[in-house]
Amino acid sequence: MELITILLSGILIGSAVYLMLSRSVIRIIIGTALLSHGVHLMLLTMGKLKRGNVPVLDEAVENYTDPLPQALILTAIVIAFALTAFILVLALRAYGELGTDDVEEMKGVPHDD
Amino acid sequence: MTTNILPLLPIIIPFFTGIVMLFTGRRPLAHRVMAAVGSLLALIATIWLTIHVYQSGTIVTYLGSWVAPFGISVVIDMAAALLLLTTAIITMFTVIYSFQSIGIEREKYYYYVMVMFMITGVNGAFSTGDIFNMFVFFEVFLLASYVLITLGGTKIQLQEGFKYILVNLISSNFFVLGLAYLYSVTGSLNMADIYNKLSAFEGNYSIMTLVAVLFIFVFATKAGVFPLYFWLPGSYYAPPMPILVLFGALLTKVGVYAIARTYSLFFIDNVDFTNQILLLIALATVVMGSIGALSYTDMKRIIIYNILIAVGVILVGVAMMDQTGLVGAFYYLIHDMLIKAALFMLVGYLIYRTGETGIQKLGGLIKLHPWTGWMFFIAAMGLTGVPPLSGFYGKLFIVQSTFENDHYISGIIVLLSSLAVLYSVIKIFIGVFWGSDMDFSKLRPIKSDKILFASFAMVILSVVFGLAADALYPLFDMAAQSFYDPASYSNYLTEVE
Repeated sequence: MELITILLSGILIGSAVYLMLSRSVIRIIIGTALLSHGVHLMLLTMGKLKRGNVPVLDEAVENYTDPLPQALILTAIVIAFALTAFILVLALRAYGELGTDDVEEMKGVPHDD
Repeated sequence: MTTNILPLLPIIIPFFTGIVMLFTGRRPLAHRVMAAVGSLLALIATIWLTIHVYQSGTIVTYLGSWVAPFGISVVIDMAAALLLLTTAIITMFTVIYSFQSIGIEREKYYYYVMVMFMITGVNGAFSTGDIFNMFVFFEVFLLASYVLITLGGTKIQLQEGFKYILVNLISSNFFVLGLAYLYSVTGSLNMADIYNKLSAFEGNYSIMTLVAVLFIFVFATKAGVFPLYFWLPGSYYAPPMPILVLFGALLTKVGVYAIARTYSLFFIDNVDFTNQILLLIALATVVMGSIGALSYTDMKRIIIYNILIAVGVILVGVAMMDQTGLVGAFYYLIHDMLIKAALFMLVGYLIYRTGETGIQKLGGLIKLHPWTGWMFFIAAMGLTGVPPLSGFYGKLFIVQSTFENDHYISGIIVLLSSLAVLYSVIKIFIGVFWGSDMDFSKLRPIKSDKILFASFAMVILSVVFGLAADALYPLFDMAAQSFYDPASYSNYLTEVE
C-alpha cells in the first residue's frame, strides 16, 4: 500500500516537473499545484497507512494510527491553496500588464509607459 | 500551569497591530501612527526579552500548556533574542523611512499591514522551537512578502514578483518533503527532541544526509546561496526601496538562521560531508557575489550583490561549527542586518533625490549633501570591516576560525571578498559624491527629513554596535553556544521531565 502511494507521488512530482519546465504561465501554475499534491501524499505516507487502529494513545492500545501527518497535511494544504489562488490572480494581472503569458518574454527591465 | 506570554510578544504585537490596521480601512495617516507605535512596542518587548534571557537563560513557552515534545514550544535563546531585537530596530526605522518614501498610493493599499504581517512571520521563524512551526512561519512572511513585492503593480514588479513567488513556492514544497522525511526518520518535530533522539541513536543514519541535502536546497533558495541565488538579483531589483530594506536586511537572514539551526541540531553525524558542502557553497556564494558587485555600475544592483557576499561570509563561519566561527558568524549576522538596512536606506535616498540608479549619470553631490555623503562613507567602511567599525569583529573571528581549522583558502577568500566589497561601495561613493558635477537642476525636491533621520540612525547604530562589540561579547558567546554546543539548546526538555 505504501509502495503504491509513493509511486503515485513520484508520478505526480514528475508530471509537475514536466509542466513547470514549459513556457506557459498557466501550465507552470498547474505544475506547482501538482507538486504540492505529490508532496502532501508523500507526507501522508510517511506516517504509515492502515496501521489498523484509532489514534488514541493508551497503554492498552498497541498499534494506533499516527494522527500527526494528517494534521500537518491539513496545514500544508491550506497554505498551498492560498498560494495557488494568489499566484493565479497575479498571473492574470501580469498578463494584463505585460501582455504575455510566455515566461521567455519576461526578461530584462520593463518600463512603465 | 500558566503560559508565559513574554516570549510570544514579538510575534503577537506586530500581528495584532496588523489586524487592527486592517479594520481601520484605507487611512494612511492612521496606519502610519499605528505601525510606528506597534514597532516601538515590539522594540521594547524585545529589549526586555534580551535582558531577561541574558539574566536567566533560555526562555521556553508551551503553547496551550501542551508540554514539549508533544505540543508546540516557543524557545528563545540568546541567538533568537538578538535576532528579534535587531529585527525590531530595523522595522521601526524602516517604518519611519517609509513615511516619506513609499508613496501615498501604496500606503492606502495596506502597505504597513503587510509589513507588520511579514515581521510576525520573521519573528515567529526566529523564535519557534518546532520545525513544522518554522515552515508555517516561513509561509507567513513569504506570503506577506509576495504581496509587498507586487504591491503597486508596475510592470517590473509583476514580472519579477511572479518569478520570486514561483521559486519560493517550489522550495517551500521541498521544505514539506524534507519535513516528511525528517518526521519518518525521527518521529518528532520538536527541534530539541530531534537532537536528543539523534544524538542518543547509535545506528546508521545515512538517510539524514539525504535530509540534509533537501534542507540545504530549501534554505539556500530562501537565503540566496550559490547556486540557488539566481532569482535574487532580479527579484530584489523590482520593489521600491523601503521594501528592499526589509527584504535585504531580514528575509535572507532568516534562511541563514534556519541553516545554522538545522545544521547544528539535526545533521551531527556525517559532519564531514554536510559541513563540507556548506563551506563549499558558502565560498562559491562569496565569489559569485563579488563578481556581481564588481561588474555593475547600478547602485541598486551593487548593494544587492553585496547581500550575497554577506550571506556567504556568515555561512563560512557557520560551516566551521566551532566557538570562534559561530561567534564570528553571529557578530557578522547582526552587523550585516544593521549595515545593510543603513546602506539600502542611503542608496534609496540618493535614488529618490536624483531619480537615477546608474552611477555614471551622477556626480558632485557632496556639495549639496555633505552629511549624507560622509554617512555613506562610514557605512561603506563598516560594511567592508575597517576596525573599529562593526564588520571587523565578525570577519576577524570567522577568519581566525578558518585558520584554526586549516581551511586557509577559505580564510583568504573571505579576506579577498572584503576588497571586492570595498571597491564596489567606494565606487558608488566616488561616482556619486565626487567627480564632475551633475545637472543639479534635475534633482527632485522631496521632503526628506524622516528618510535621513532613519538612515543616519541606522548608520550611527551600526557604529555604536562596532564600538560596543567588546562589551557585547558575553551575549554573542551565549548566542553561539546554542550552535556549537547544541545540548545547551536542547536541555530545556530534560528540565521539564
